[in-house]
Amino acid sequence: MKYQLDKHPIDQVGVEERVARFNSRSIKKQSKVQAIKLAISMLDLTTLEGKDSAGKVRQICAKAVRPWEGMEDVPSVAAVCVYPNHVKTAKRALGDSGVKVASVATAFPSGNSTLKIKLEDTRFAVNEGADEIDMVISRGRFLCGEYDFVFDEIAAVKEACGEAHLKVILETGELDSYQNIRLASDIAMDAGADFIKTSTGKIEPAATLPVTLVMLEAIRDYFYRTGKMIGMKPAGGIRKEKEALQYLVMVKETLGEAWLSPHYFRFGASTLANDLLMQLQKEATGYYQSLDYFSID
Amino acid sequence: MVTIEKSERLKILKTYKLYIGGEFPRTESGRYFSLKDADGNQIANVCSGSRKDFRNAMVVARTAFGKWSKRTAYNRSQIVYRIAEMLEARKNQFTDELTIQGVDKVKAEREVHEAIDLLIYYAGWADKYQQLFSSVNPVAASYFNFSLPEPTGVVSIIAPEENSLLGLVAMIAPVITGGNACVILASESKPLCAVTFGEVLNSSDVPGGVVNILTGSRKELLPQFSTHMDVNAVFYGAGIPEELKEIQMNAALNVKRVADSNVMHSGTGKEMQDPYLIMNFQETKTIWHPIGI
Repeated sequence: MKYQLDKHPIDQVGVEERVARFNSRSIKKQSKVQAIKLAISMLDLTTLEGKDSAGKVRQICAKAVRPWEGMEDVPSVAAVCVYPNHVKTAKRALGDSGVKVASVATAFPSGNSTLKIKLEDTRFAVNEGADEIDMVISRGRFLCGEYDFVFDEIAAVKEACGEAHLKVILETGELDSYQNIRLASDIAMDAGADFIKTSTGKIEPAATLPVTLVMLEAIRDYFYRTGKMIGMKPAGGIRKEKEALQYLVMVKETLGEAWLSPHYFRFGASTLANDLLMQLQKEATGYYQSLDYFSID
Repeated sequence: MVTIEKSERLKILKTYKLYIGGEFPRTESGRYFSLKDADGNQIANVCSGSRKDFRNAMVVARTAFGKWSKRTAYNRSQIVYRIAEMLEARKNQFTDELTIQGVDKVKAEREVHEAIDLLIYYAGWADKYQQLFSSVNPVAASYFNFSLPEPTGVVSIIAPEENSLLGLVAMIAPVITGGNACVILASESKPLCAVTFGEVLNSSDVPGGVVNILTGSRKELLPQFSTHMDVNAVFYGAGIPEELKEIQMNAALNVKRVADSNVMHSGTGKEMQDPYLIMNFQETKTIWHPIGI
């Protein structure tokens, strides 16, 4: 397929005004509690630091299965996201809890490596037991206009994934324009992505609402064209419950309720978890909460 | 021929806003109340702060606490002294504000002077209280055992109705001298000096968020100031027993410290000079250091 940058022009002002509208929705009381629980069940609890250790991975796994002991009926999160060398530890710690293990691969976060190494990286993570692979695209090549290269790379990684789900990280903070983001989304979906994901979390700006809206609209158009539902994962920079709820509103109003499930929507985050729990507790008790009473991540 | 009469200069009224995180936002609630002088003339519109303003202030105070508590004692001393300098430079403004709110001119001048002197007093304590209130403790084991005070965290302060400047300063000074951050509810009937004091703080090298000042209804905000789980201590200075009781009961929720002082609303500056007020917002850390016999 021949990809062209100007195939889907994006109305920047329109996107930003639409997002401003989403932010004015007021979600209170019972609906808020429900939305918070849904957001928790959509979390990809993430630890992607150079200093990650087996202990740290086990700790977030424990938190993933049971986010908080202080309250009944808080759901488990969707997945734990780690580097490939920690997949085995995470898999063992999660056992049969139903929480998935996602692993970043393909020379995360820069993606600057050879295809051979990227594929090996992916196969290693899958063999260790990863249920989901988060790959990064080659932004440098993309920005040079080498769209076919990017497409082929994603397709090759998809093949290496086998049964594992593939999430394709566009790293929107480096793509410069909505137009680029839209095109990268289209390429990723055509090449076999199960999810498209905004960011690695290592670059500012990471996930933002306008960028996510552009990607959601790409997912919608892809669905109309092929009938296939692709998932969305904003990652990085979402730290507050209020922002998370704004994302959920946007998903519902752009793609509909079918996407309001951990199968099709995820948050890549770590600090967001505690804020969600704090707001949940605030709703239950009426008192504003303190991080002193929640786990240190 | 057209004659242009020289008109009287238009009055420019100051907008009194909140002081949160080193900025002067309006209340998120959009509410305000009118302040009138004794003759019923409007003096100003004052923000009626809400629980969400308090929540926002708590977030920035918690962030500011980390860095402020790690400043050297000497540096905190310099900054508290600097507040006094800035207040000195603007004392006429404060005297005027007290006067239009109904305080007698002579008394207003004295109040401003005492507030400045009080800041100098606490500036002196900043690098001394820790050594004075530390101790080496005798223990019957091979340990060198010692205790020292460390700041408790974020303190919520309920300022008195009277002494609207002096009482406010007398409550903030020991709290920040001891390395804490704070959120203050200013006098409800005389709130002007509190807002202007925020401007003084903002130009005195006090990092944004260390001191946050709200105006509004005490009845409405008291529960928020005493239940918020991130508040480590409450400092009550308004002198109403029922309110103090309510605070103490709310504070039991997560065992906050509660300190109250009766000199804040009626006392003189001299009576407010008290190093034990610093100690009210300190936690004692005891260290058991192994030694040979």
